[in-house]
Amino acid sequence: MAKPVLQLERIRKSYNIGTAVETEVLHGIDLSVAEGEFCALIGPSGSGKSTLLNIIGLLDRASGGRLSIAGCETSGLDDAELTQLRGRSIGFVFQYHHLLNAFTALENVMMPMLVERGFPSDEMAGRAAMLLEKVGLARWKDSKASNLSGGQQQRVAIARALAMSPSLVLADEPTGNLDTASANAVFELMQKMNRDYGTTFLIVTHNMSLAERCQRVFEVVDGTLIGDRHGKYRQSAAAVE
Amino acid sequence: MRRFLPLEWILASRFLREGIMQTLLIVTGVSVGVSVIVFMSALLTGLQASFLSRIFAAQAQVVLEPPDEVARPLRNEPGSTFLTISVMPSQRLRSIDQWQKVLALVQRLPGILVASPMASGAAFAVRGEVSKSISLMGIEPERFYRIVDLPGKLVRGTSKLEVQDILIGTQLASDLGVDVGDKLRVVTGAGANVEFTVRGIFDLGNKGVNQRNAYVLLHTAQPMIGLTNGVTSIDVTMHDVYRAEDIAQYIATVSGVKAESWIKTNADFFSVVNSQKISNTAIRLFVGISVVFGIASVLVVSVVQKSREIGILRAMGASRAQILRLFLLQGAIVGFVGSLIGSGFAYIMLGFWLAYARRPDGTPLFLAEIDTRLVLATAMIATVSGILAALLPALRAARLEPVVAIRG
Repeated sequence: MAKPVLQLERIRKSYNIGTAVETEVLHGIDLSVAEGEFCALIGPSGSGKSTLLNIIGLLDRASGGRLSIAGCETSGLDDAELTQLRGRSIGFVFQYHHLLNAFTALENVMMPMLVERGFPSDEMAGRAAMLLEKVGLARWKDSKASNLSGGQQQRVAIARALAMSPSLVLADEPTGNLDTASANAVFELMQKMNRDYGTTFLIVTHNMSLAERCQRVFEVVDGTLIGDRHGKYRQSAAAVE
Repeated sequence: MRRFLPLEWILASRFLREGIMQTLLIVTGVSVGVSVIVFMSALLTGLQASFLSRIFAAQAQVVLEPPDEVARPLRNEPGSTFLTISVMPSQRLRSIDQWQKVLALVQRLPGILVASPMASGAAFAVRGEVSKSISLMGIEPERFYRIVDLPGKLVRGTSKLEVQDILIGTQLASDLGVDVGDKLRVVTGAGANVEFTVRGIFDLGNKGVNQRNAYVLLHTAQPMIGLTNGVTSIDVTMHDVYRAEDIAQYIATVSGVKAESWIKTNADFFSVVNSQKISNTAIRLFVGISVVFGIASVLVVSVVQKSREIGILRAMGASRAQILRLFLLQGAIVGFVGSLIGSGFAYIMLGFWLAYARRPDGTPLFLAEIDTRLVLATAMIATVSGILAALLPALRAARLEPVVAIRG
């Protein structure tokens, strides 16, 4: 098996620590995802899967346990180091696509590289154009993000998530806001990216039929991981190696 | 995206353009504030310059005179007690002791423009049966004209003085019925009786001065008032008129002469100028503060509106410092652009002022102009104020946790 991209050991998360209303929402989650895997994270609303995704995405800190991303142990890192690791190793696709509306599709895809390097360059624009072509939006690269349809915006978001060639792409309900046809197209696009680039995907979803099409399915209920099974996904090239 | 522009600039300018209504409102606010500040400063500077030029039309900034004479009782019996009553003696017309030395000393002081000796005393100007009391002032023209611009105030004739030439005011000329080239006789208490030729007639803008002041050469005046080679006063001007009192006190201390500045001799006027300065500063300060609060409040709203974008940028790896700079830059841009537009407004307002605020004879009430340095300083201060105003909103944006920010 390929080396793990993501490793969680006894991850716990509590809110209102030290007060009378202290609540633990994640009760020690162990989980490991190998390079190139295409995984789904399912569970009912309020089960803690979004919290888990935020912790994995380094947007939030766990209250206990160990989290490694791309071989880097994160518990000892300060805020700036976490930010840097997040920028380089993790790509995000959000439910409401969350593009910057003041910018074009191309500029949105360039943005993670621009954040990393500070000044724009032709090389960035070239890579962004290549990624947009890959997601089938070459024609729309100069359209303002706000002028694109929901499905198109989500495809731009996927291209953006891949801009920094991250080890891991986290998607929070990426199809939750789309009609069935667009949802399907977006999902297939993510699978294609997984196959072509060997990028690891972890997708939070409510859609069971989509989840079944993933390689692995993690199920979280009441802050506990109760299932880790294989879906009906065709083995990706990267995972086979 | 331009290649040489940094991320923060690209984001700041796009965000400002995206919320164009908000941006226009706040830039207008800054412009109005800046234009009020620049316009008022120009107006008040012009007004003060006009006041001061009127004051110094016939007067130096500091006048040095011999110290007052005091009675000094002799006490030469050791061991005995005296009870003394001093009576202030009348002040004779005296020369400044070793005035050349004092003059040289004053000339060497930093910040001094010119020092000019003068021998003046009371006299009568006589023509036919008319006699008028005058102040006969002996001057060294090349120095004195740099203090009082007599050549510029001449109505008729020339300011070039020979031994028996005299310059008189318009009022005295009409009282005596003389004009350029006419003769008049000057009689002094010291017994001199000299005939002068009127070389020029001046108007210093003050009836009393035009009636009393009469200027002749220093060497001519000295013997006439009984002071051979002596001078009664030394007029001094300096670069910074508001330092006159400090310089006067310093001269008095080091030379022992009596030094009076225009600030003391025109105390009422000075306090008017001063209170005007203070109220001007206060108005500018409060306008400035309200501009800063205006920028701050709009940016606070903008941070709330943009929290989702901030979250996305943070998720992409943007540091807190980058977010902080992004909002500080927005404040700076708003402040700078507003100050440029505001200065433009100020030029227009001043144009209107100069066109419409006129005396009955059509000349402007006073001249006012916008100093380029003031515009530059205002632009800089407005930019810095913009950054200061943006500080709190920017800190707030930088402190936003990405999770909270993305949820909005």
